[in-house]
Order: sequence, then C-alpha cells, then structure tokens
Amino acid sequence: MQVIARLRRSGGNIVREVGKNKILFLMLAPVILYFLLFHYLVMPGAYVAFVDFNISKGIFGSDFIGLQNFEFLVKTGDLWNITKNTLLYNFVFLALGNVIQIVFAVMLAEIAGKWFKKITQSILLLPHFISMVIVGVFAYNMFNFSSGFVNTMLVSLGLDRYEFYSDPGIWKYIIVAFKIWSMTGYGMIVYLAAITGINNDLYEAAYIDGASRWQRIRYMTLPMLKPTFILLLLFGLGGILKGSFDLFYNLIGTNSVLYPQTDIIDTYVFRSLVGQFNFSMGAAVGFYQSVFGLALVLTVNYIVRKIEPDSALF
Amino acid sequence: MARTAAATLHEDSTTRIIKLVSYVCLGAFALACLFPFALMISSSFMNEQEILLEGYKLIPNTFSLKAYEMLLNNSSALGKAYGVTIFITVVGTAFGLFMMSMAGYVLNRKDFKYRNFFSFLIYFTTLFSGGLIPTYILMVKYLHMKDSLFALILPTVVAAWSIFLMRNFMKAIPDSLYESATIDGAGDFRIYWQVFMPLAVPSLATIGLFSALGFWNEWYHGMLYIQTPDKYPLQYFLQRMINQTNIQALINQGVVIDAAALPTQSIKMATAVLATGPIILLYPFAQRYFVSGLTIGAVKG
Repeated sequence: MQVIARLRRSGGNIVREVGKNKILFLMLAPVILYFLLFHYLVMPGAYVAFVDFNISKGIFGSDFIGLQNFEFLVKTGDLWNITKNTLLYNFVFLALGNVIQIVFAVMLAEIAGKWFKKITQSILLLPHFISMVIVGVFAYNMFNFSSGFVNTMLVSLGLDRYEFYSDPGIWKYIIVAFKIWSMTGYGMIVYLAAITGINNDLYEAAYIDGASRWQRIRYMTLPMLKPTFILLLLFGLGGILKGSFDLFYNLIGTNSVLYPQTDIIDTYVFRSLVGQFNFSMGAAVGFYQSVFGLALVLTVNYIVRKIEPDSALF
Repeated sequence: MARTAAATLHEDSTTRIIKLVSYVCLGAFALACLFPFALMISSSFMNEQEILLEGYKLIPNTFSLKAYEMLLNNSSALGKAYGVTIFITVVGTAFGLFMMSMAGYVLNRKDFKYRNFFSFLIYFTTLFSGGLIPTYILMVKYLHMKDSLFALILPTVVAAWSIFLMRNFMKAIPDSLYESATIDGAGDFRIYWQVFMPLAVPSLATIGLFSALGFWNEWYHGMLYIQTPDKYPLQYFLQRMINQTNIQALINQGVVIDAAALPTQSIKMATAVLATGPIILLYPFAQRYFVSGLTIGAVKG
C-alpha cells in the first residue's frame, strides 16, 4: 500500500526515471512482462467461475450466471468433501512432518560420527529431488495386484494377494507415508541449521552444571527450536488449502474407486478441466481456493508480524 | 564431589541410550529412503517370467538385461522423450537464469527507484493466482500453445522465489564494486555482465540446478498441453506407461496377463531407472548447491 501511495505521489516522475535508467528498465522488462502476461492477465479470467462457459464464446462472451456454480458445488457436497480432504491431509502432513523432522534433526545433532552424519543427511534429502512420477512408479512397483512387491511377500508367506488399487481406505496411509518420505530430509535440514545456530557456550555451561544430555535436549534444544517450529507451522497453515497435486495425481491417477478419500481441491479442478470439460465448475473451485488461500496467508502474516516482526513475509 | 560423579555416571547411560536410539532411527529411515530405489533397480533387471509368476522382488533369482536391450533397440519413442526433456531443460534453464539474474540485479540496485514496487508486483503472484482453468484458457485459446514445446517451458521458466533468492545473493556483493565500475565508465548492462555475473557463479549454479531439476522432472504441463506422443517429456512418457497398466491391472483383476515375449513389467522399471539415473548420478556433486539454496530460501523468500 505504502509503495503504491508513494508511486502515486511521484506521478510523472516515472517517465523521467525511465529516461534516466533506460537500460535498467530494459533488463527488468522480460521478467515483468512475463508476470503481467502469465499471472496478471490470467487474474481477470477467474471471472469464468461466474459464467456458463462456452468455449466458442470465450470467457467474457459466455452467459453470466452469478453464484450458480458455487451453489451447485455446495448442494452436491463436492465442495465440502474436497475441502475436508485437503485440510485433513495438509494438517497431518504438517503436524506429523514437523514432529518427525524435529526429532531427526535433534538426533542428527546428537550423534558424533561425522561420516554417518553426512551420509544420512544426503540419503534423507534424496527423495526431495525425485519427480512424483517416479513416486507413482514406486507405488506401482510395490502395490500392484499381479506383481507388486507387497503381494509377492504376501504370497510367499502363504497369504492371499491384496487389491490395493480398489481399497480407498488404505491410500490415506500410503499417501501420508510417501509425503513424509519425500519431505523429511528437507525439513530436517532447516531445523538442523537452527540447532547449529545455537551458541555452543550455552551447552558447555549446562554440561558443567551437570545437566544430562536428555535435560539439555528437553530444556535447551527443543525450546530454542520453538520459534522456527511456530513459524514453519504458521506458514504451513497459510498454505493449507493448496494441495500436493503431483503426489495425489501420481498415486491415485484416474482411479475413481479411490476418490472418496483421496480427492483434494487440486485434483478436482484438474478433472473438471480434462475429464468433464466443465471449465466453469472447476474455475469456481479454483477461485474459492485462491480467495480463501489469500485470506489465510494474510491472517497468518498478520499474526507472525505481531509475534515476530522480523520473520513476517511483508 | 559425590554428586558430580553421580551426574557423570547418569550422563553416560542416558547419552549412550540417546545415541543408540538416534543411530537406529536415522539408519532405519535412511534405509526406508533407499528401499524404493533398490526395489526399482532390481525389478528392472528381473526376468519377465519370474515377475509374472512370482512378482517384483528385491533379490531376484534371475538376472536379465532384456528390458534394457529392448529399450535401447527400440529406442525411438524413449529417445524422443529424452530429446524433449534435454531440450526444455537446457533452453528453459538458460533463458530463466538470464532473465532472473538481470531482474535480481536490477531489484538489488539501491538507486533503482521503483524496485520495491516491482518486487511487490512479482511477490503478489505467489499470494494470489487466477487459477488453473483461466491459465489453461489463456494458453490454449489465446496463445495457441496447445501441443507446443514452449508450453513446457513458459509456465515455469521464471519463478518469483528464484528471483528473490538471486537478489539476496547479489546483496552480498559489495556496492563499492559497482561504484568503481561506474567511475570507470561502464554501463549498467556491462556492470551486470562483467562484474556481477562472474561473482554470482555459485548462486547461478544453485538456482540453475533447481531450475534444471524442475524441467527434468516436468510432466504436468506435458499432460495438460501436449498431444503428439513425439513431444512427450520423459517423465510424462513414463507416467503414461505406468498408468496404462494400472487400469489394465484393475480390469484383469487376478488374471495373469499373457505377456508373450515382451518384457512389459521389467521394461517399466527400466524406463524409470533411465529417467531417474541422471539425477542420482549428479546428486553427489550437486548436493551442496541444493543445500545452500534450501537453507537460504527456507528462512525467507
């Protein structure tokens, strides 16, 4: 806001400024044009959520139908179901993810072996760089009916094969497991950096005072990680309406048997685009996600600014 | 004295337990991280007959290179997918780095009056987006990008996060360098190209690696926009291959598929190995750049 007010005050100065710094403006131009074209030009297109979209008439030529798309989504229960799933999954990812990351960071800080430390850190971070398509391959490799590894094991133990791809209940756990698998190393490194930042003198003083290792972890390390934890949690909550489309789509794909418990906002929007060609309905869900998402980020940022101004995003 | 001794003794036993638990937990999780890779690799070397009779195994009874032979001999489809991915990775990363480093340089120049305004303009796009559907309509109906390789590059060539990372990296370069170059009569572009770029090589490597990784792992825009199989990027090519059988597996529930001579099951895993291979091979060398990007980016964008 301040920026805009200042800009308005300086009014005609911008012309003089461009003349003076022609090269700088030219250097910035490609990126600014990029954002104008691919982001700002798209924003008015969210209007498609309020029309009965007809591809030949275009977004602004289609008939305006107000909130009918939203009404339909509420009535069918779709909106509630995908919102609930998105929130629950993200909440579990955040809570369980952060706890595991903190525990592993503390453990890694405690052990002495330099070699072990380095190797573990590298291995745990590796899943972060793998495409979710490969995660889908892993799932297929382990869980498919006729040749999956788990079924191989079941058969060799004399048990029956299990049809994972027609049991929606079990995918909740598989999705969470793969999410934790892929994000632990990254989060752990963030927390480890916070631990490394703690002044070593404090630990030495505690040691001299006879504090046990457990006491040092419990009363020193963990409290000092609290600010980092709260910040990551808050920003995570700010993005809680955004789903991990990559992960869900590659694990579930177009297997509609599994939708009831695995459909999130992002997969729903995607399907309305490629499956049903119901652009307006998908756009309505997308619009709902963007608006509430923005409100959440603003709220979270407001809270962060109150408790720790330096960490606020803006 | 007695108390201190007791404390030390106490310290020793808890320390030992904490260390032991730490080694066990971290070691177990590390194995869990590696397990899917190991399973994928050994599955790709399995004899097709064994997969059909018994399923994928971590330690197969037989060893076969047939899947790889098939892939290399009939490589036209896979080869094209590789070509597409290499093309978008090289072109996308090069263009992205050039544009983003210029933007980062300008936004870091303290004498550039509107840097806060433009920073906000870029930043706001991370908070609010028009959404998938309007973007799709723009790309297909107005920009006519359907089935174009540019549809794989343009949506991700520039990232707000990377621009700010670039700007923050440039903050570390002392202003005096810029001042002395100006006195020597160098223009803005020349200062950027000849003074700042050589000093920014580590940060260019970090951001370039992230960007290249993103393009290498690209499948999503391929799925949205690409129709001609010859233009599928590698990961999308792989995804289609796996998904086709997912459906088949559902239909033929319990029925053993007549595989004839084609190693269809091992070939899937072999393709996945070839698609992941370059990342795993480069990972040990690239890791430190990734980590420096992660820790800087995590604190503040």
